[in-house]
Amino acid sequence: MEYRTFLIKYAEIGTKGKNRHVFEDVLCSQIKRHVEGLGQFAIRRDFGRIFLEAEGNYDYEDLMAELQKVFGIVGICPIVVEERMEYEAIRDKAVAYMKECYGERGITFKVNARRTNKAFPMQSMELNAEIGHDLLEACPEWKVDVRHPEVLLNIEIRNQAYLYSATVKGAGGLPVGTNGKAMLLLSGGIDSPVAGYMISKRGVELEAVYFNAPPYTSERAKQKVVDLARIVSGYAGRLRLHVINFTDIQLAIYEKCPHEELTIIMRRYMMRIAEKLAVENGCQALITGESIGQVASQTMQSLYCTNAVCGIPVFRPCIGMDKQEIVDISEQIKTYETSILPYEDCCTIFVAKHPVTKPILEIIERSEEKLSEGIDELVKRALETDEIIEISPCAQ
Amino acid sequence: MEVYFDNAATTRILPEVKDIMLETMDTAYGNPSSKHHKGVEAENYVRQARSAISRQLKCEASEICFTSGGTESNNLALFGLTQANQRSGRHIISTGIEHASVYQPLFRLQEMGFEVTFLQVDGQGRVDLDALREALREDTILVSAMAVNNEIGSVQPISQMAEVIKSRSRDILFHVDAVQAFGKQVLYPSRLGIDAMSMSGHKIHGPKGSGALYIAKGVKIRPLLSGGGQERDLRSGTENTTAIAGMGKACELAYRNLAENVEKMMAVKRTLLEGALKLDGVEDHSGEAPHIASLSFQGIKSEVLLHALEDRGICVSSGSACSSNHPAVSGVLKAIGLRQELLDSTLRFSFSELNTVEEAQYTVEQLRELLPFLRRFTRK
Repeated sequence: MEYRTFLIKYAEIGTKGKNRHVFEDVLCSQIKRHVEGLGQFAIRRDFGRIFLEAEGNYDYEDLMAELQKVFGIVGICPIVVEERMEYEAIRDKAVAYMKECYGERGITFKVNARRTNKAFPMQSMELNAEIGHDLLEACPEWKVDVRHPEVLLNIEIRNQAYLYSATVKGAGGLPVGTNGKAMLLLSGGIDSPVAGYMISKRGVELEAVYFNAPPYTSERAKQKVVDLARIVSGYAGRLRLHVINFTDIQLAIYEKCPHEELTIIMRRYMMRIAEKLAVENGCQALITGESIGQVASQTMQSLYCTNAVCGIPVFRPCIGMDKQEIVDISEQIKTYETSILPYEDCCTIFVAKHPVTKPILEIIERSEEKLSEGIDELVKRALETDEIIEISPCAQ
Repeated sequence: MEVYFDNAATTRILPEVKDIMLETMDTAYGNPSSKHHKGVEAENYVRQARSAISRQLKCEASEICFTSGGTESNNLALFGLTQANQRSGRHIISTGIEHASVYQPLFRLQEMGFEVTFLQVDGQGRVDLDALREALREDTILVSAMAVNNEIGSVQPISQMAEVIKSRSRDILFHVDAVQAFGKQVLYPSRLGIDAMSMSGHKIHGPKGSGALYIAKGVKIRPLLSGGGQERDLRSGTENTTAIAGMGKACELAYRNLAENVEKMMAVKRTLLEGALKLDGVEDHSGEAPHIASLSFQGIKSEVLLHALEDRGICVSSGSACSSNHPAVSGVLKAIGLRQELLDSTLRFSFSELNTVEEAQYTVEQLRELLPFLRRFTRK
């Protein structure tokens, strides 16, 4: 069966009161952006429903995969349409559709008709009974179960008759662009792309920042981050990736501060720079992939010390997750394979063998004072190295 | 200044090579097996390339089999020769510093029941002829050795090795991986006592995906690929006319200017080595090959120095570029007995005749600035 029409189901938008149509507008434009390049499609809104209609050839699998990336959609129903508004035509369509989808297997079903077009002569209840009866006659293996049917056949009588029974699960969340913007600290590891995905899922637009340390990190490490940003942008939409040259700051910390505090002080400077970039670019928050206790720099004490430099909110959606749970999401969103490419080894020369795990803020601050001469200039220069890479989902 | 010192990894295609390749795309695009004139035209490009190579090797055209590159040539030689001759024995001899496209097939052959002896090399990366003599056995069917090592540029005593092998038995086959020697020195396999010899096009300004295997007439070998029977049944599959034509032209050019090219490369190498060795904490492990220099830099991680040089426009290599997916330290450097702390501090600089002495001087200048700076920031 070839589907030409899809009912797009959304959940939370419906509860947003007066903002509802704003959310719907954003969702429609997001859908439009996602299906671009997959064929000709029209988006139609009809009494609180969004329909996507194919106007030419398209690939069903590709379309579904793409729609499943659109935040705000909870389900996609492939619909068959009957244009002739006569009972017999609708019934024949229903039988053909059910046979095509479920064959002659012994399924239980229920018909759920909804008549919005009052010009149609039969009422919803009547339709339920008649279609149900005719389906039972068409296939003796099928049985009615009104409480727990395996298949719920929906029939909507509008200016045409819409039939659907299956719902393909969507990504859920809220459409990107309905909840401000945040700056993601993207490292190339497993966690930060997942963190970006999770916040973006709540309707937040993303920008990202990557701290590069040439010659201690390679061009390939940077390319890996670009690739990750591109995968995330498949969900979050176009985003700008800021690449900041962090080498001089790293070397200054390495030379002047206690070695075991290097990572924590480095992270504090990354947060400071990220916050500056965030504010300059209209972001309301930072996002990191931190998870409590995962590494030395992510103990509660370390998080306290890194967080202390930030004035804007820092969101850490992976904070309470185990590594495996984060890995599961990264596999699901397809960032995992890229994340585990082994390119960042060069940077390991700077990592202390035994970094502090319980840093004390006052001590860290005192260590940072050793940098006071010149660090502001280094931070300023680092910000000037900002290389902005426009990331969009398709372009390779 | 942009300096490409990674010519042992691959080289730039010369304009004349590119031109002939374009001809095979624009006009001579036929299938050499087709009976019509388009096929004949394409076949002529292949024939020309084959004779360009056989002329330089002083062998017959029919002794050249085109492949997809050095890796395929090595695989074809190792699997093909052993499988066709296993009734005479199942013992193979090779060395401890071979390229992965030789030792990986050898590992596979071990799994298939062949026995392989890997000869140790000395501090210069050379095989000891007495050790070779002792390793030869009644059931030895094949010896495989590289002519020039890809990481340090050491040159194997190929003709002496052939003498040792053939004086033991004329039936023992000798395969030479000449990927780094082809186009850099005169190679006459039949006079050297070589039965099979691997070559690659892209190391001599030809295209990637081009290679050839010399197989002496009368030597039994089994193909890797079965199919339409191209290349005298040894390598089925429509001939890659574009790559073959490019390789033929590259070979012709390399040997036309051989002495001059070698002189140019040697001058670059000499300038780099003399300059670099004046700097503190630099050690030289280079062999005699004109186009490869191997230097260690005490206290500096090779990959960091590589990227620092890259930042100044200089492309070099740490380990062998072909195995850059395995960050493990170089097996070759270990085999020549390099001190543990230098294994991860060694870079390869490799040249072609397109490089200049000025580029080498520039590189030395950059090293002079970079080394002390990078040594300030080493692992605590």
